[in-house]
Formats: sequence, C-alpha cells, structure tokens
Amino acid sequence: MNTPANLKYAASHEWAKSEADGSITIGITDHAQEALGDVVFLELPTVGRVVKAGESVAVIESVKAASDIYAPVSGEVIEANGAAVDAPESVNADAYGVWLFKIKPSNPAELDALLTADAYNATL
Amino acid sequence: MPQRTPLYESHLAANAKIVDFAGWEMPIHYGSQIEEHHAVRKDAGMFDVSHMCAIDLAGPDATRWLRHLLANDVAKLTTPGKALYSCMLDDGAGVIDDLIVYYFAADRYRIVVNAGTAEKDIAWMRARLVGFDAALVVRRDQAMIAVQGPNARERFWTAFPVARGATVMLENFQAAEWLADGEAWLVARTGYTGEDGFEITLPADDAPAAWAALLAAGVKPCGLGARDTLRLEAGMNLYGQDMDENISPYEAGLKWTVDLKDAGRDFIGKSALATRRCDVRFAGLLLLDKGVMRSHMKVHTSLGIGETTSGTFSPSLNQSIALARIPAGIENGSEVEVEIRDKKLKAKVVKPSFVRHGASQL
Repeated sequence: MNTPANLKYAASHEWAKSEADGSITIGITDHAQEALGDVVFLELPTVGRVVKAGESVAVIESVKAASDIYAPVSGEVIEANGAAVDAPESVNADAYGVWLFKIKPSNPAELDALLTADAYNATL
Repeated sequence: MPQRTPLYESHLAANAKIVDFAGWEMPIHYGSQIEEHHAVRKDAGMFDVSHMCAIDLAGPDATRWLRHLLANDVAKLTTPGKALYSCMLDDGAGVIDDLIVYYFAADRYRIVVNAGTAEKDIAWMRARLVGFDAALVVRRDQAMIAVQGPNARERFWTAFPVARGATVMLENFQAAEWLADGEAWLVARTGYTGEDGFEITLPADDAPAAWAALLAAGVKPCGLGARDTLRLEAGMNLYGQDMDENISPYEAGLKWTVDLKDAGRDFIGKSALATRRCDVRFAGLLLLDKGVMRSHMKVHTSLGIGETTSGTFSPSLNQSIALARIPAGIENGSEVEVEIRDKKLKAKVVKPSFVRHGASQL
C-alpha cells in the first residue's frame, strides 16, 4: 500500500498536506480508494463553509457504496477540486495526486495531532 | 467457516478481491468492476456461480409435483432441455426463492436455486414431497460457470470446439447435455446479465481446467460486483433484496411468471395470491440529478411514498439506476424524488429494464 511519508493522515482515511501559504490540502488515501473500488461520484463542500475537525464534509460514492469524507482539521473551506468532481475515477488512478478540497485551518495545532504515515499504516 | 467453490484458487491466481457472500468466499472483482461490466456488455466475461445449487429431480410424479410446488407451470415445457423461470411461494404467497427449472423428460428435471436460500429451499422441497413418487438429489459435486456477452458463445466454442455441435442450435432458455471426456456438462443458454451466453454446469473437478481454457480463449473473469450492476441494468430481481418472503410476485414485477391459465392447477400460495396487496408496483428509476441511488431509499411520489429495493451506478448509462416499489398509480415517465442522505433528488420512472444486448432500453 502506498502511503507517502510527507503527508499526515486521519484514521478515517483522509490525507492532509501543509501548503506553503498555510492552507491544508485534503484527499483520500490509496487504501481508501482501493477499498471503495471504482469511484463514480463526489460531493464536495462549498467554498466558504466553516467546518470542524472530524465533521463529515464530503461524500464519495463508488459503484459499490457511499462513504463520508471527514475534515481532518477545523477551518474554512477555501477551494474544492471541480476537476475531481468531473472525473471521479481519477481518485482511483492517483489518490495522492488528486486532491479534493483545501481548508484554511483555524487551529494549526490540529495538524500535528494527525497520524504519520507509519502510524496510519499501523491502523490498517 | 465460509465455503469455497472449486474455482477459489483460480480466483486468487487472477488477483480477485474476495468477499463473503451468503457464506461463500467469492470474488467481488479482479481489479475494476467497471471494466468487467463493460467486458460483458461488449465482449465476453465469465462468472463463477458455483455457489448456486443444482438439484436433480427424478420420478414418475416429477411433473405433477413441480406443478404443485411452483407458481409458473412446467407443463409448458415440452422440448427437452427447455428451461423455465419461476418463483417458489409459501402458503401466504411470499417468495421463498426464484429459480430456474430445466426439463429433460416428464420424470426428470434439474432445478437451480440461489446460494443464500439453498438449505431453506431444499428443506421446503423435501417436506412437500410427501405423497409424490419423486426424489431430489442435491448436486454439490457440480460447479457452475456463466459465460456472458455478445462474443460469449464463440469464445466458449474456441475453448471447447467439439462442444459446438451439441450447443449451437440452443435457443434462449434451452440447455443441452454435452459429454466432455465422458463427463456430462449441462450447457444452458441462460444468464443473469441481459446478454447472450451460456451457463455451464460441470463436475467440480473439471472446473479449474475449464476456467483456464475460457481464460485462454479471451474470456475476462468477472466478479459479483459486475454481476450486480449487469443484472440491475437488465432489470432482473435479486432475491433477498428486491423480494423475499414478505413480498408476493405481484409486488416484485413478476406477475408474468405466475401461470393461472390452468384453472384446475392448485399450486402452493395460489389462493393467498388473491389476498395480496396490489396497491404497489415494481418500477425502474433513472436518477436525473447527480448522485447514486442505493437500496431502501424513500421515493416521494404524487400518490405517496415508495422505496428503492436495489440501486447502483449504471456503468453503461453513466448515471444511477434503481429498482423500486412505488404506488401503483404512478405511470412510467412520471417524475419522482428520491431521498439520498439529506437531499431529495429528481428521478424518472421507467420500465424496469435499462440495458440489454449492449444497448439502452430507455
């Protein structure tokens, strides 16, 4: 299973990446896309929505099942990836390349509480 | 301890993702469910359906017993090898199972039932044999492979050239026995995908080599995931999901399988059928908004609330489809709303047959 060491992870199978401008980019892990199977639909949060860490903010649907995506950190949604919505199958092809939404964190310390790659792998 | 089919090792060798299905360790897919789906619609795919159960019936009263046991009438089977789809009802006209019965002679039939219901079915059948001179033999020594798709029959003949003579004349819903090195295979022109093809019942020991020969002939292994999207597109019911013992065939869109022509025939559940509700009907739904319908979602109509029984994303139509029970007065073409999580999304009511023979039926 592919789990890049430069990212942080939530046990609920999201990855989070710190950007230079302080924002956090979020997607789902390779393990998650593998477990879901062929992804056919994404419902992403609207820009401007203020979310809490652990809150269900998006939905991903595969042929098989629907699954919630949770905000790994609290803050404001500043961008959602329309290209991923238009091509949901791209999540299967490249789970770490295809991000889903970005959050401007209200409490950057929450990022430190997320799992390292090794710690995430240990939960699988 | 889950059961394994004779093809379990073949699945592992093909990188199958294995799941538990009705107590059986079965392949859900071998990589991409959608690719497997398209292979069946456009070319040829194969499914291990050995978890289903073949039961042989023999005896002088075989026909009389089946005419009592089943809601459809086996008396219409007169050509050897001809098959019939039927519901087996309980005394209250609830569906115990749906099955296929193959006719070989008036005293010899084969019945194929679902995996999850097999034990219950066999117990029900055995209890109702009292007073009939007929006997059942459960054929767990057999494996079953479904080869489906527009090129399925040609690929089967590529793998087994000598079988062509015995099977080329088979009509839809007809089977023939073929002797492969002295072992009887039953080759039936049936399936659960809405495509042409064969379902082959063969001795368990022959199954891995047959699977390998079909693979070499270019038939793609397909899992239960694709099987479900294919049958849903074809508008075929799944027992346990679209119907069960609480549902009569009339509420499951299966009135066409209940044969009342012979007024003198008294089958189990017949008298109760008259008392079953007929204020609901079985329909197809096509989601007009973006999203995916699943089972047990509420359907809001102008005449009240209905419910989806199966739903998925249709790889052929590239939108979500569902089977549903809705108020009987809602016509095809009507617009309804399906409750998906916290939203009500627009859907169109259509006849429950979405894709067959590679083409949209809408």
